Amino acid sequence: MKITVTVNGTDHARVVEPRLLLIHFLRDDLGLTGSHWGCDTSNCGACVVWLDEAPVKSCTVLAVMADGRRVTTVEGLAAGGALDPVQEAFAECHGLQCGFCTPAMMMTARWLLDNNPDPTAAEVREAISGQVCRCTGYENIVRSVLRAAKHDSGAAGAVPGLRPGEGAAIGGVEGLPCFPGGTPHDLGGPRGDHSPGGGTA
Amino acid sequence: MQVPAQFEYEKATSVAHALTLLTRYAPGARILAGGHSLIPMMKLRLAQPEVLVDINGIKGLRYIERADGELRIGALASHADLLASPEAGEHFTILHDAERVIADPVVREWGTIGGSLCQADPSEDLSAAFAALKGSMVINGPDGSREVSARAFHTGPYETVVGPAEMLTEIRLPVRPGSGSAYLKVMRRAGDWPIGAAGAAVWLADGLIADVGIGLTAVGASHFVAAEAEEFLLGRAPADEAFAQAGEIAAAHCNPASDQRGPAEYKRHLVRELTARVLRTAVARAGGPAHAPVPSPSLRPRS
Repeated sequence: MKITVTVNGTDHARVVEPRLLLIHFLRDDLGLTGSHWGCDTSNCGACVVWLDEAPVKSCTVLAVMADGRRVTTVEGLAAGGALDPVQEAFAECHGLQCGFCTPAMMMTARWLLDNNPDPTAAEVREAISGQVCRCTGYENIVRSVLRAAKHDSGAAGAVPGLRPGEGAAIGGVEGLPCFPGGTPHDLGGPRGDHSPGGGTA
Repeated sequence: MQVPAQFEYEKATSVAHALTLLTRYAPGARILAGGHSLIPMMKLRLAQPEVLVDINGIKGLRYIERADGELRIGALASHADLLASPEAGEHFTILHDAERVIADPVVREWGTIGGSLCQADPSEDLSAAFAALKGSMVINGPDGSREVSARAFHTGPYETVVGPAEMLTEIRLPVRPGSGSAYLKVMRRAGDWPIGAAGAAVWLADGLIADVGIGLTAVGASHFVAAEAEEFLLGRAPADEAFAQAGEIAAAHCNPASDQRGPAEYKRHLVRELTARVLRTAVARAGGPAHAPVPSPSLRPRS
Protein backbone atom coordinates (compact mmCIF):
# COMPACT_ATOMS: atom_id res chain seq x y z
CA MET A 1 0.00 0.00 0.00
CA LYS A 2 1.35 3.43 -0.92
CA ILE A 3 1.43 6.00 1.84
CA THR A 4 2.70 9.57 2.13
CA VAL A 5 3.71 10.76 5.57
CA THR A 6 5.03 14.23 6.37
CA VAL A 7 7.87 13.63 8.80
CA ASN A 8 9.49 16.67 10.38
CA GLY A 9 8.11 18.80 7.55
CA THR A 10 9.27 16.58 4.66
CA ASP A 11 6.90 14.39 2.64
CA HIS A 12 7.95 10.75 2.39
CA ALA A 13 6.13 8.43 -0.04
CA ARG A 14 6.70 4.69 0.42
CA VAL A 15 5.01 1.41 -0.40
CA VAL A 16 4.53 -0.50 2.85
CA GLU A 17 2.77 -3.58 4.19
CA PRO A 18 -0.33 -2.66 6.23
CA ARG A 19 1.18 -4.46 9.23
CA LEU A 20 4.29 -2.27 9.32
CA LEU A 21 4.42 -0.40 12.62
CA LEU A 22 5.14 3.33 12.61
CA ILE A 23 8.30 2.94 14.71
CA HIS A 24 9.81 0.55 12.14
CA PHE A 25 8.74 2.82 9.27
CA LEU A 26 10.58 5.71 10.90
CA ARG A 27 13.70 3.77 11.85
CA ASP A 28 14.08 1.26 9.02
CA ASP A 29 12.44 2.91 6.01
CA LEU A 30 13.40 6.52 6.74
CA GLY A 31 16.57 5.97 8.80
CA LEU A 32 15.33 8.18 11.63
CA THR A 33 16.80 6.21 14.51
CA GLY A 34 16.32 8.90 17.16
CA SER A 35 13.00 7.28 18.10
CA HIS A 36 13.80 4.15 20.04
CA TRP A 37 12.18 0.76 19.78
CA GLY A 38 11.84 -0.63 23.29
CA CYS A 39 9.31 -2.98 24.80
CA ASP A 40 7.00 -3.54 21.82
CA THR A 41 4.01 -3.59 24.20
CA SER A 42 3.27 0.16 24.61
CA ASN A 43 4.46 0.01 28.21
CA CYS A 44 7.91 1.63 28.07
CA GLY A 45 7.17 4.67 25.92
CA ALA A 46 10.66 4.84 24.36
CA CYS A 47 9.04 5.10 20.90
CA VAL A 48 6.92 8.22 21.54
CA VAL A 49 6.69 10.57 18.55
CA TRP A 50 4.01 13.06 17.61
CA LEU A 51 1.24 12.11 15.20
CA ASP A 52 -0.24 15.45 14.15
CA GLU A 53 -0.49 17.40 17.41
CA ALA A 54 -0.22 14.69 20.07
CA PRO A 55 2.36 12.18 21.26
CA VAL A 56 1.81 8.51 20.46
CA LYS A 57 3.62 5.28 21.23
CA SER A 58 4.69 4.49 17.69
CA CYS A 59 5.03 0.74 18.30
CA THR A 60 1.24 0.70 18.67
CA VAL A 61 0.34 2.57 15.49
CA LEU A 62 0.39 1.21 11.95
CA ALA A 63 2.38 3.22 9.44
CA VAL A 64 -0.70 3.22 7.19
CA MET A 65 -2.61 5.04 9.95
CA ALA A 66 -0.16 7.92 9.51
CA ASP A 67 -0.91 8.21 5.78
CA GLY A 68 -1.62 11.84 4.93
CA ARG A 69 -0.70 12.98 8.44
CA ARG A 70 2.24 14.74 10.08
CA VAL A 71 4.78 12.96 12.27
CA THR A 72 7.32 14.79 14.40
CA THR A 73 10.30 12.92 15.83
CA VAL A 74 13.14 14.03 18.07
CA GLU A 75 15.10 14.85 14.91
CA GLY A 76 12.52 17.56 14.25
CA LEU A 77 12.69 19.08 17.72
CA ALA A 78 15.59 21.43 17.08
CA ALA A 79 14.25 24.01 14.65
CA GLY A 80 16.74 25.73 12.38
CA GLY A 81 19.74 24.21 14.13
CA ALA A 82 18.91 25.70 17.53
CA LEU A 83 18.12 23.31 20.35
CA ASP A 84 14.58 23.30 21.63
CA PRO A 85 14.34 24.68 25.19
CA VAL A 86 13.45 21.14 26.31
CA GLN A 87 16.71 19.85 24.84
CA GLU A 88 18.66 22.68 26.49
CA ALA A 89 17.07 21.93 29.82
CA PHE A 90 17.80 18.18 29.62
CA ALA A 91 21.43 19.06 28.95
CA GLU A 92 21.60 21.58 31.79
CA CYS A 93 19.83 19.48 34.42
CA HIS A 94 21.44 16.15 33.57
CA GLY A 95 18.06 14.85 32.42
CA LEU A 96 19.58 11.76 30.85
CA GLN A 97 21.86 8.94 31.86
CA CYS A 98 22.00 6.15 29.26
CA GLY A 99 19.78 8.22 26.96
CA PHE A 100 17.52 5.45 25.72
CA CYS A 101 14.30 7.01 27.02
CA THR A 102 15.40 10.59 26.37
CA PRO A 103 14.05 11.32 22.86
CA ALA A 104 10.59 10.13 23.85
CA MET A 105 10.72 11.93 27.20
CA MET A 106 11.54 15.16 25.37
CA MET A 107 8.72 14.71 22.86
CA THR A 108 6.21 14.24 25.66
CA ALA A 109 7.72 17.15 27.58
CA ARG A 110 7.36 19.45 24.57
CA TRP A 111 3.71 18.44 24.25
CA LEU A 112 3.06 19.00 27.96
CA LEU A 113 4.61 22.46 27.90
CA ASP A 114 2.74 23.46 24.74
CA ASN A 115 -0.51 22.66 26.55
CA ASN A 116 0.50 23.61 30.09
CA PRO A 117 3.32 26.18 30.02
CA ASP A 118 3.78 26.27 33.79
CA PRO A 119 3.25 22.71 35.10
CA THR A 120 3.77 21.56 38.67
CA ALA A 121 6.21 18.73 39.38
CA ALA A 122 3.20 16.45 39.91
CA GLU A 123 1.83 17.37 36.49
CA VAL A 124 5.20 16.57 34.91
CA ARG A 125 5.25 13.17 36.63
CA GLU A 126 1.71 12.48 35.42
CA ALA A 127 2.62 13.43 31.84
CA ILE A 128 5.57 11.02 31.69
CA SER A 129 3.90 8.29 33.76
CA GLY A 130 3.58 6.07 30.68
CA GLN A 131 7.30 6.18 29.99
CA VAL A 132 10.05 4.27 31.71
CA CYS A 133 13.57 5.46 32.55
CA ARG A 134 15.36 2.27 33.44
CA CYS A 135 18.27 4.27 34.85
CA THR A 136 15.57 5.57 37.26
CA GLY A 137 16.67 9.11 36.56
CA TYR A 138 13.21 10.54 37.06
CA GLU A 139 14.18 13.29 39.50
CA ASN A 140 16.41 14.97 36.95
CA ILE A 141 13.93 14.43 34.13
CA VAL A 142 11.28 16.25 36.15
CA ARG A 143 13.77 19.02 36.96
CA SER A 144 14.62 19.29 33.26
CA VAL A 145 11.00 19.69 32.20
CA LEU A 146 10.34 22.28 34.89
CA ARG A 147 13.42 24.18 33.81
CA ALA A 148 12.36 23.96 30.16
CA ALA A 149 9.16 25.73 31.19
CA LYS A 150 11.31 28.60 32.48
CA HIS A 151 13.23 28.63 29.19
CA ASP A 152 9.96 28.79 27.27
CA SER A 153 8.82 31.78 29.25
CA GLY A 154 12.23 33.43 28.92
CA ALA A 155 12.70 33.39 32.70
CA ALA A 156 15.76 31.18 32.60
CA GLY A 157 17.72 33.38 30.21
CA ALA A 158 20.22 32.16 27.67
CA VAL A 159 22.92 29.66 28.43
CA PRO A 160 25.63 30.63 25.96
CA GLY A 161 28.04 28.00 24.79
CA LEU A 162 26.51 25.17 26.77
CA ARG A 163 27.08 21.72 25.36
CA PRO A 164 25.13 18.61 26.30
CA GLY A 165 26.35 17.25 29.61
CA GLU A 166 27.85 20.47 30.87
CA GLY A 167 24.72 21.84 32.44
CA ALA A 168 24.68 19.66 35.50
CA ALA A 169 28.22 20.58 36.39
CA ILE A 170 27.43 24.25 35.98
CA GLY A 171 24.48 23.91 38.29
CA GLY A 172 22.06 26.13 36.46
CA VAL A 173 21.58 29.79 35.84
CA GLU A 174 21.64 32.19 38.76
CA GLY A 175 18.23 32.50 40.33
CA LEU A 176 16.83 29.42 38.65
CA PRO A 177 19.15 26.55 39.48
CA CYS A 178 18.43 23.00 38.34
CA PHE A 179 19.69 21.84 41.71
CA PRO A 180 18.80 24.25 44.50
CA GLY A 181 21.62 24.18 46.98
CA GLY A 182 24.21 22.79 44.64
CA THR A 183 25.04 20.26 41.95
CA PRO A 184 23.95 16.61 42.19
CA HIS A 185 27.40 15.81 43.55
CA ASP A 186 26.79 18.16 46.45
CA LEU A 187 23.48 16.63 47.38
CA GLY A 188 25.04 13.63 49.02
CA GLY A 189 23.50 10.88 46.94
CA PRO A 190 19.97 9.79 46.20
CA ARG A 191 18.52 10.80 49.56
CA GLY A 192 19.43 14.39 48.86
CA ASP A 193 17.25 14.36 45.75
CA HIS A 194 14.16 14.31 47.91
CA SER A 195 14.94 17.48 49.81
CA PRO A 196 14.88 20.41 47.41
CA GLY A 197 17.08 23.14 48.73
CA GLY A 198 18.49 20.80 51.30
CA GLY A 199 21.92 20.32 49.74
CA THR A 200 25.15 20.81 51.54
CA ALA A 201 26.50 23.61 49.39
CA MET B 1 10.22 -8.34 17.48
CA GLN B 2 6.43 -8.35 17.67
CA VAL B 3 4.60 -7.70 14.41
CA PRO B 4 0.99 -8.54 13.53
CA ALA B 5 0.23 -11.27 11.00
CA GLN B 6 -0.66 -10.10 7.50
CA PHE B 7 -4.03 -8.47 6.93
CA GLU B 8 -5.84 -6.28 4.41
CA TYR B 9 -6.39 -2.64 5.33
CA GLU B 10 -9.41 -0.53 4.39
CA LYS B 11 -10.16 3.07 5.30
CA ALA B 12 -13.82 3.82 5.95
CA THR B 13 -15.01 7.31 5.07
CA SER B 14 -18.46 7.14 6.68
CA VAL B 15 -20.48 4.91 8.99
CA ALA B 16 -22.36 3.58 5.94
CA HIS B 17 -19.06 2.85 4.19
CA ALA B 18 -17.72 1.08 7.28
CA LEU B 19 -20.86 -1.08 7.46
CA THR B 20 -20.52 -1.95 3.76
CA LEU B 21 -16.91 -3.02 4.30
CA LEU B 22 -17.78 -5.01 7.44
CA THR B 23 -20.61 -6.77 5.60
CA ARG B 24 -18.33 -7.58 2.68
CA TYR B 25 -15.58 -9.06 4.85
CA ALA B 26 -17.58 -10.48 7.80
CA PRO B 27 -16.72 -12.35 9.93
CA GLY B 28 -13.02 -11.85 9.20
CA ALA B 29 -13.00 -8.06 9.63
CA ARG B 30 -12.33 -5.99 12.73
CA ILE B 31 -12.83 -2.28 13.25
CA LEU B 32 -9.63 -0.33 13.92
CA ALA B 33 -10.11 2.79 16.07
CA GLY B 34 -7.29 3.88 18.42
CA GLY B 35 -5.72 0.46 18.04
CA HIS B 36 -4.18 0.56 21.50
CA SER B 37 -5.78 -2.72 22.55
CA LEU B 38 -6.25 -4.39 19.18
CA ILE B 39 -2.73 -3.90 17.79
CA PRO B 40 -1.00 -5.39 20.88
CA MET B 41 -3.40 -8.34 20.70
CA MET B 42 -2.64 -8.78 17.00
CA LYS B 43 1.08 -8.84 17.78
CA LEU B 44 0.46 -11.71 20.17
CA ARG B 45 -1.91 -13.47 17.68
CA LEU B 46 -4.66 -13.23 20.29
CA ALA B 47 -6.52 -11.45 17.49
CA GLN B 48 -5.88 -12.27 13.86
CA PRO B 49 -8.36 -10.40 11.65
CA GLU B 50 -8.10 -10.83 7.89
CA VAL B 51 -9.20 -7.25 7.28
CA LEU B 52 -8.92 -4.10 9.37
CA VAL B 53 -11.52 -1.40 8.73
CA ASP B 54 -9.95 1.87 9.93
CA ILE B 55 -12.73 4.22 11.11
CA ASN B 56 -10.45 7.08 12.22
CA GLY B 57 -11.24 9.01 9.04
CA ILE B 58 -15.00 9.06 9.70
CA LYS B 59 -16.06 12.62 10.42
CA GLY B 60 -18.66 13.23 13.10
CA LEU B 61 -17.98 10.29 15.43
CA ARG B 62 -15.75 12.23 17.83
CA TYR B 63 -17.92 14.34 20.10
CA ILE B 64 -19.24 14.68 23.65
CA GLU B 65 -22.47 16.68 23.75
CA ARG B 66 -25.63 17.26 25.72
CA ALA B 67 -28.93 16.47 23.94
CA ASP B 68 -32.44 15.52 25.05
CA GLY B 69 -31.50 15.21 28.72
CA GLU B 70 -28.58 12.92 27.93
CA LEU B 71 -24.84 13.14 27.61
CA ARG B 72 -23.93 11.62 24.27
CA ILE B 73 -20.44 10.35 23.59
CA GLY B 74 -19.36 9.55 20.03
CA ALA B 75 -17.57 6.23 19.64
CA LEU B 76 -14.37 7.94 18.42
CA ALA B 77 -14.13 10.31 21.40
CA SER B 78 -10.81 9.64 23.10
CA HIS B 79 -10.13 8.99 26.76
CA ALA B 80 -8.48 12.41 26.83
CA ASP B 81 -11.63 13.99 25.37
CA LEU B 82 -13.75 12.45 28.12
CA LEU B 83 -11.31 13.56 30.83
CA ALA B 84 -11.33 17.09 29.41
CA SER B 85 -15.14 17.30 29.17
CA PRO B 86 -16.61 19.65 31.79
CA GLU B 87 -20.08 18.18 31.21
CA ALA B 88 -18.84 14.69 31.95
CA GLY B 89 -17.05 15.94 35.05
CA GLU B 90 -20.08 17.83 36.33
CA HIS B 91 -22.74 15.17 35.85
CA PHE B 92 -20.74 11.93 35.86
CA THR B 93 -17.73 12.40 38.13
CA ILE B 94 -17.19 8.64 38.03
CA LEU B 95 -15.98 9.03 34.44
CA HIS B 96 -13.28 11.51 35.40
CA ASP B 97 -12.27 9.37 38.39
CA ALA B 98 -11.90 6.39 36.04
CA GLU B 99 -10.19 8.23 33.20
CA ARG B 100 -7.50 9.60 35.53
CA VAL B 101 -6.34 6.02 36.17
CA ILE B 102 -6.80 4.53 32.70
CA ALA B 103 -3.40 3.89 31.10
CA ASP B 104 -1.33 7.10 30.84
CA PRO B 105 -1.76 10.55 29.26
CA VAL B 106 -0.13 9.54 25.94
CA VAL B 107 -2.28 6.43 25.53
CA ARG B 108 -5.37 8.39 26.56
CA GLU B 109 -4.85 10.67 23.56
CA TRP B 110 -5.40 7.76 21.16
CA GLY B 111 -7.50 5.13 22.91
CA THR B 112 -11.19 5.63 22.13
CA ILE B 113 -14.28 5.15 24.29
CA GLY B 114 -16.01 3.00 21.66
CA GLY B 115 -12.91 0.91 21.12
CA SER B 116 -12.47 0.25 24.84
CA LEU B 117 -16.08 -0.90 25.20
CA CYS B 118 -15.99 -3.13 22.11
CA GLN B 119 -12.68 -4.65 23.13
CA ALA B 120 -14.62 -5.77 26.24
CA ASP B 121 -11.55 -6.58 28.27
CA PRO B 122 -12.76 -7.82 31.69
CA SER B 123 -10.24 -5.45 33.29
CA GLU B 124 -11.35 -2.39 31.30
CA ASP B 125 -12.62 0.39 33.59
CA LEU B 126 -15.29 2.18 31.54
CA SER B 127 -17.53 -0.88 31.16
CA ALA B 128 -18.15 -0.89 34.92
CA ALA B 129 -18.52 2.90 34.99
CA PHE B 130 -21.16 2.94 32.24
CA ALA B 131 -22.91 -0.03 33.86
CA ALA B 132 -23.04 1.87 37.17
CA LEU B 133 -24.47 4.91 35.36
CA LYS B 134 -27.09 2.73 33.63
CA GLY B 135 -26.19 4.14 30.25
CA SER B 136 -26.93 2.69 26.85
CA MET B 137 -25.07 2.02 23.61
CA VAL B 138 -26.22 2.82 20.08
CA ILE B 139 -25.25 0.13 17.58
CA ASN B 140 -25.54 0.67 13.83
CA GLY B 141 -25.98 -2.17 11.37
CA PRO B 142 -27.09 -2.79 7.80
CA ASP B 143 -30.75 -2.69 8.92
CA GLY B 144 -30.54 0.51 10.95
CA SER B 145 -29.65 1.30 14.53
CA ARG B 146 -30.61 -0.18 17.88
CA GLU B 147 -30.06 0.93 21.48
CA VAL B 148 -28.79 -1.58 24.02
CA SER B 149 -28.47 -1.16 27.78
CA ALA B 150 -24.87 -0.93 29.01
CA ARG B 151 -25.73 -3.86 31.25
CA ALA B 152 -26.68 -6.04 28.29
CA PHE B 153 -23.78 -4.94 26.09
CA HIS B 154 -21.22 -7.51 27.19
CA THR B 155 -21.80 -11.19 26.63
CA GLY B 156 -18.50 -12.41 28.08
CA PRO B 157 -14.79 -11.66 28.19
CA TYR B 158 -13.87 -9.89 24.93
CA GLU B 159 -17.42 -10.45 23.64
CA THR B 160 -20.27 -8.01 23.09
CA VAL B 161 -23.67 -7.96 21.39
CA VAL B 162 -22.17 -5.99 18.47
CA GLY B 163 -22.46 -8.26 15.43
CA PRO B 164 -19.67 -8.81 12.88
CA ALA B 165 -21.31 -6.39 10.43
CA GLU B 166 -22.33 -3.81 13.06
CA MET B 167 -20.57 -0.97 14.82
CA LEU B 168 -21.00 0.94 18.07
CA THR B 169 -21.52 4.62 17.26
CA GLU B 170 -22.63 6.34 20.48
CA ILE B 171 -22.88 5.98 24.25
CA ARG B 172 -25.82 7.68 25.99
CA LEU B 173 -26.04 8.64 29.66
CA PRO B 174 -29.25 10.06 31.13
CA VAL B 175 -28.67 13.26 33.15
CA ARG B 176 -30.85 12.92 36.26
CA PRO B 177 -31.17 15.17 39.33
CA GLY B 178 -29.87 14.25 42.79
CA SER B 179 -27.06 12.13 41.48
CA GLY B 180 -23.47 11.57 42.52
CA SER B 181 -20.89 9.04 41.39
CA ALA B 182 -17.33 7.86 42.04
CA TYR B 183 -14.75 5.29 40.92
CA LEU B 184 -11.78 3.79 42.76
CA LYS B 185 -9.15 1.45 41.39
CA VAL B 186 -6.27 -0.38 43.04
CA MET B 187 -3.38 -1.17 40.72
CA ARG B 188 0.21 -2.31 41.03
CA ARG B 189 1.72 0.74 39.37
CA ALA B 190 0.66 3.85 37.46
CA GLY B 191 -1.16 3.04 34.24
CA ASP B 192 -1.64 -0.65 34.99
CA TRP B 193 -4.80 -2.72 34.71
CA PRO B 194 -6.68 -2.92 38.01
CA ILE B 195 -6.18 -5.59 40.64
CA GLY B 196 -9.75 -4.64 41.43
CA ALA B 197 -11.92 -1.57 41.01
CA ALA B 198 -15.40 -0.37 41.89
CA GLY B 199 -17.66 2.44 40.77
CA ALA B 200 -20.95 3.68 42.13
CA ALA B 201 -23.69 6.04 41.03
CA VAL B 202 -26.50 7.02 43.39
CA TRP B 203 -29.66 9.01 42.88
CA LEU B 204 -31.13 10.46 46.09
CA ALA B 205 -34.73 11.51 46.64
CA ASP B 206 -36.29 12.57 49.96
CA GLY B 207 -33.11 11.56 51.77
CA LEU B 208 -33.27 7.98 50.54
CA ILE B 209 -31.47 6.02 47.84
CA ALA B 210 -33.99 6.16 44.98
CA ASP B 211 -31.71 4.43 42.52
CA VAL B 212 -28.17 3.07 42.60
CA GLY B 213 -25.70 1.47 40.24
CA ILE B 214 -22.56 -0.40 41.32
CA GLY B 215 -19.97 -1.47 38.76
CA LEU B 216 -17.06 -3.82 39.44
CA THR B 217 -13.98 -4.26 37.26
CA ALA B 218 -11.65 -7.26 36.92
CA VAL B 219 -13.32 -9.36 39.62
CA GLY B 220 -15.59 -11.61 37.59
CA ALA B 221 -18.82 -9.71 38.25
CA SER B 222 -21.59 -10.65 35.83
CA HIS B 223 -22.00 -7.80 33.29
CA PHE B 224 -19.60 -5.74 35.49
CA VAL B 225 -22.47 -5.19 37.97
CA ALA B 226 -23.02 -5.90 41.69
CA ALA B 227 -26.75 -6.42 41.27
CA GLU B 228 -27.42 -7.96 44.71
CA ALA B 229 -25.74 -5.06 46.50
CA GLU B 230 -27.79 -2.58 44.45
CA GLU B 231 -30.99 -4.38 45.41
CA PHE B 232 -30.03 -4.24 49.08
CA LEU B 233 -29.49 -0.45 48.97
CA LEU B 234 -32.66 0.55 47.11
CA GLY B 235 -34.96 2.64 49.29
CA ARG B 236 -32.53 2.71 52.24
CA ALA B 237 -31.12 5.78 53.94
CA PRO B 238 -27.53 6.42 52.83
CA ALA B 239 -25.34 5.53 55.82
CA ASP B 240 -21.96 3.95 56.46
CA GLU B 241 -23.47 0.74 57.86
CA ALA B 242 -25.51 0.25 54.68
CA PHE B 243 -22.46 0.95 52.50
CA ALA B 244 -20.41 -1.61 54.47
CA GLN B 245 -23.17 -4.18 54.12
CA ALA B 246 -23.39 -3.49 50.38
CA GLY B 247 -19.62 -4.07 50.19
CA GLU B 248 -20.02 -7.42 51.93
CA ILE B 249 -22.76 -8.46 49.50
CA ALA B 250 -20.76 -7.33 46.45
CA ALA B 251 -17.71 -9.26 47.68
CA ALA B 252 -19.75 -12.39 48.26
CA HIS B 253 -21.33 -12.36 44.80
CA CYS B 254 -18.36 -11.49 42.58
CA ASN B 255 -16.08 -14.20 41.26
CA PRO B 256 -12.45 -13.06 41.08
CA ALA B 257 -9.66 -15.31 39.86
CA SER B 258 -6.27 -15.65 41.48
CA ASP B 259 -3.61 -14.46 39.07
CA GLN B 260 -0.36 -12.52 38.90
CA ARG B 261 -2.18 -9.45 40.21
CA GLY B 262 -3.22 -11.14 43.43
CA PRO B 263 -5.15 -13.94 45.11
CA ALA B 264 -8.93 -14.10 44.85
CA GLU B 265 -9.35 -13.46 48.58
CA TYR B 266 -7.46 -10.18 48.32
CA LYS B 267 -9.59 -9.12 45.37
CA ARG B 268 -12.73 -9.88 47.38
CA HIS B 269 -11.33 -7.72 50.14
CA LEU B 270 -10.84 -4.92 47.64
CA VAL B 271 -14.42 -5.25 46.41
CA ARG B 272 -15.72 -5.08 49.98
CA GLU B 273 -13.69 -1.98 50.81
CA LEU B 274 -13.85 -0.12 47.49
CA THR B 275 -17.61 -0.62 47.13
CA ALA B 276 -18.23 0.97 50.53
CA ARG B 277 -15.85 3.84 49.76
CA VAL B 278 -17.27 4.71 46.34
CA LEU B 279 -20.81 4.61 47.73
CA ARG B 280 -19.81 7.03 50.49
CA THR B 281 -18.16 9.39 47.99
CA ALA B 282 -21.02 9.15 45.50
CA VAL B 283 -23.60 9.99 48.20
CA ALA B 284 -21.51 12.92 49.42
CA ARG B 285 -21.24 14.21 45.85
CA ALA B 286 -25.00 13.83 45.45
CA GLY B 287 -25.42 16.22 48.36
CA GLY B 288 -26.26 13.46 50.81
CA PRO B 289 -26.25 13.65 54.61
CA ALA B 290 -24.32 16.69 55.80
CA HIS B 291 -22.38 14.63 58.33
CA ALA B 292 -20.99 12.36 55.64
CA PRO B 293 -17.35 13.27 55.11
CA VAL B 294 -16.22 13.80 51.52
CA PRO B 295 -13.36 11.36 51.22
CA SER B 296 -10.57 11.69 48.72
CA PRO B 297 -11.53 10.00 45.48
CA SER B 298 -8.04 8.59 45.27
CA LEU B 299 -6.28 6.00 47.38
CA ARG B 300 -3.04 7.92 47.19
CA PRO B 301 -2.55 11.63 47.50
CA ARG B 302 -2.41 13.57 44.27
CA SER B 303 -0.77 16.90 44.84
